[in-house]
Amino acid sequence: MTLASAAIDTNLANLANYLIYSAMAVYLLAFLAYTTEWTFGGRSRVARQSAELTAQPGMTMAEAVSVAKAKAEIITAPAAPKVAVTVTGAGGRTSTLTRTVAAKAGTVDVVTRGDAAPPVDGVGAAGGDEKADRFGRIAVSLTTLAAVLHLASVVTRGISADRAPWGNLYEFTCALTLVAVLVFLGLLFSGKDVRWLGILITAGVLLGLGLAVSYLYTASEQLVPALHSYWLWIHVSGAMVCGGALYAGALVTVMYLCKDYYEAAVAQGRAKGGRWSDICERMPSAASLDKISYRINAFTFPLWTFTIIAGAIWAESAWGHYWQWDPTETWAFITWVGYACYLHARATAGWKGRKAAWLVLIAFSCFIINSYIVSIFINGVHSYAGL
Amino acid sequence: MTDPNDLRNDLGSDPSSEQRELAAAERLTSAPATDTNDSGSGGEGDDVVGIGVVGWLRWGWRQLTSMRTALILLFLLSLAAVPGSLVPQTSASEINVQNFHANHKLLAPLFDKLDMFDVYGSFWFSAIYILLFISLLGCIIPRTYQFVGVLRAKPPTAPRHLVRLPVYATWRTSADSDAVLAAGDALLRKRRFRVSRSGDSVSSEKGYLREVGNLLFHVSLIAMLIAFATTKLFGGMGTVVVIEGNAFSNNVTQYDDFMPSTFYTANSLDPFGFFLNSFDATYQTSGDQMGTARTYAAYISYWTGSNSKKLTKGTIEVNHPLQIDGSNVYLTAHGYAPVIKVTNAKGEVIFNGPTACLPQDADITSLCAFKIADGYVNSAGKSTQIGLTGIFAPTAVIDGTNGPHSSFPALDDPGLFITGYSGDLGLDSGIPQSVYSIDTTHMTQLKLSDGSIWKASLHPEQGIKLPSGGVVTYLGTKQWANFTISHNPGTTAALVSSALAILGLIGSLFVQRRRIWVRAVTGPDGVTTIEVAGLARSESARIAEELADLALALQDTGPADHDDVPDADSDDAPLADLTSSSKD
Repeated sequence: MTLASAAIDTNLANLANYLIYSAMAVYLLAFLAYTTEWTFGGRSRVARQSAELTAQPGMTMAEAVSVAKAKAEIITAPAAPKVAVTVTGAGGRTSTLTRTVAAKAGTVDVVTRGDAAPPVDGVGAAGGDEKADRFGRIAVSLTTLAAVLHLASVVTRGISADRAPWGNLYEFTCALTLVAVLVFLGLLFSGKDVRWLGILITAGVLLGLGLAVSYLYTASEQLVPALHSYWLWIHVSGAMVCGGALYAGALVTVMYLCKDYYEAAVAQGRAKGGRWSDICERMPSAASLDKISYRINAFTFPLWTFTIIAGAIWAESAWGHYWQWDPTETWAFITWVGYACYLHARATAGWKGRKAAWLVLIAFSCFIINSYIVSIFINGVHSYAGL
Repeated sequence: MTDPNDLRNDLGSDPSSEQRELAAAERLTSAPATDTNDSGSGGEGDDVVGIGVVGWLRWGWRQLTSMRTALILLFLLSLAAVPGSLVPQTSASEINVQNFHANHKLLAPLFDKLDMFDVYGSFWFSAIYILLFISLLGCIIPRTYQFVGVLRAKPPTAPRHLVRLPVYATWRTSADSDAVLAAGDALLRKRRFRVSRSGDSVSSEKGYLREVGNLLFHVSLIAMLIAFATTKLFGGMGTVVVIEGNAFSNNVTQYDDFMPSTFYTANSLDPFGFFLNSFDATYQTSGDQMGTARTYAAYISYWTGSNSKKLTKGTIEVNHPLQIDGSNVYLTAHGYAPVIKVTNAKGEVIFNGPTACLPQDADITSLCAFKIADGYVNSAGKSTQIGLTGIFAPTAVIDGTNGPHSSFPALDDPGLFITGYSGDLGLDSGIPQSVYSIDTTHMTQLKLSDGSIWKASLHPEQGIKLPSGGVVTYLGTKQWANFTISHNPGTTAALVSSALAILGLIGSLFVQRRRIWVRAVTGPDGVTTIEVAGLARSESARIAEELADLALALQDTGPADHDDVPDADSDDAPLADLTSSSKD
């Protein structure tokens, strides 16, 4: 290592700290905006009900727009004959594909039922209320701004020490929460209607960052020799991306459980009105939440497998053995088996749904135990870098 | 998703040929038949009383290989792994286990009986994973067999009533049915479906890689277990401390600690050796992590075989082991070895060399013990053994609270702080003792003539007289490095199988298996009715969109008649046409 790279750029390191505090302030504002959205969306029940009438029951705002666009195309271009193929779900949700054909234009309906039928989602946090919707949009903008600040902080921190910005638990937490936000924003900007998740994401990120700056903070420094490896980039960034994604997956699972209990209550006629049912009413359907949580977790599982294997390869080159049942390794393995249980449970009759969802929460707590409890309280070969 | 058992229960109550047909179409997974038998159809699983030993065995095997058992075993496996992270493990640190024994008089014997100090080698942990892997084998062997059957057969023919499938579309066209089927065939082939035509319909299936991935993943897990076992049975490791300038040759007598395995013993060691020429460490010199090590490097010259004259230079760093023959040499720790010279009362040099000291903290404050067993004669002419013990600090500081200690790990201002003992070191007692401490049971502390304890604080090249005669000189400091030499024969196999496992996992999670059927029948009125239907049995399949896309593409050959949308010709018209209302 050269002397130049051994030095820490203190100005940049301070800048990184200012940026993380700014990001936290903006996350807080975003959180408040999401809360306002949920509150106003619930207050204006009239607006919500009228929105339900204009949009189809169970159709979210975004989908209503996309159907409207498809219809508009047919109307504005009457010269070219088009065939419309409409996908209809049991809940009445539709989406239309059109195609110009040589001769006549007819219509074809694709009917779905059973498994294939798309579920009926709630109207969303804003509940169709314009004012609430505006707050929702503000919240998304604020989240994006906060994410930019957050990203800038992580990058500056990395540049200040000229290394990967996840060399200790503080940096790991900053980067992990950033990934959770980016997963959320990524889903949002790829057209998925997941704004309802914003309130939990910002709350979770604020909690994580709060703990990081108050308890885990370590000044920007160089790494101990054990971390001098390109595997730091691969293994730790893998763990971090998995952490962020699994975090998002666990939050969706919590929402799924709430909604599923609510739906069961409705089905049995036990549902009481009031604030709680008002919130549940606006959430996506349990089936949608289950699907989203499955997708996030299933997508992350191979990545988590890869992270563990990358760790084993690193261990082999650093310690002489690829697997030593070190506490961190053990808990990574337990987490892995937990998610494997979940994936198998979903394919097993009698374990689908709620039981599988609880498995996600257990597996995610194993991840948290591994990242924090084991790192802080149990000494193993993974203990270094001042936490 | 609907419960597959529902379908089977239906099948049991009303075994019409049509439902059987649908069920056949539904059987997208090649899950083992045991799964099908556990409800509804057979009752074999329940009727076990009075079926004899073979029956019981079959029942047991079926239970073991069922998904539910696999799930429970997985769950148990993760639970069983927990205690190993909480209770000290012999494999990780023998000393911690001994401390645990000393501190928990009640628990320790119980834990001993339960193999709690060797969880991952214990009978109960092994039992769980061996059962799990047997269950796995019992699942993948029949499943592979079935999958090969599926690959050899054509995609299943279209069920009579396509309208009952989860995704369905129909329209009428004036085009010829053969042309439509040919177009459907071509379109599906273009979308890389496996297609087969029979009669008035085209059957197709896609996404076989899902099952391939699934099987590959599980087979890779078994391969990984075999690789682990290979490492465990044929691998081994040892550790050794080498002081700068000294040599090590790969022989069991030279190791400080040697961990053999069933088939890797003292005789299996590769013949090689090396000199530690020098050791290099750099430390952070500022900030709140001051003193944290930044780089470690051991520069060695090694030989292989019996010819120790032919030397090759090599460097070993923390993440960069050196491979010599079939063994890897890792750098795992380092410390200091002060060089002292001791003369006896007659002025003869009886001890001259480095002694490794054991680091106690991050600044390498180290515990030292110099054992001078031979040659010491005191001023009265009496032979005795001398033990010097104390602290070495690379950057020495003395303060009231901590006594002498180090404030920085580099050799900035080394100091050696010792007291001495004379008497019997106990080296011949047969009881193994630590090289870092002195057993003073049969020794008396050296005292000055005024009765105060003899103490010395030495800096390099300083010497001090022993009260009983002779001189101790601290000449300088060398560094030592701790090496782990390991032989892990299963590593490559474990790496390859884990890479394949990830590949399989990606296939089994991200490939969607689905079937699409196209039927075209020209009626007596010359109008052709086209039906397309799809079935996907995996999560997040976009089968409706895919079918819509196909229906759209089929419009080129068989365009839908403008106003003539047929009723879905059945009693249970699947759904009210909600789209028409939305178009108003």
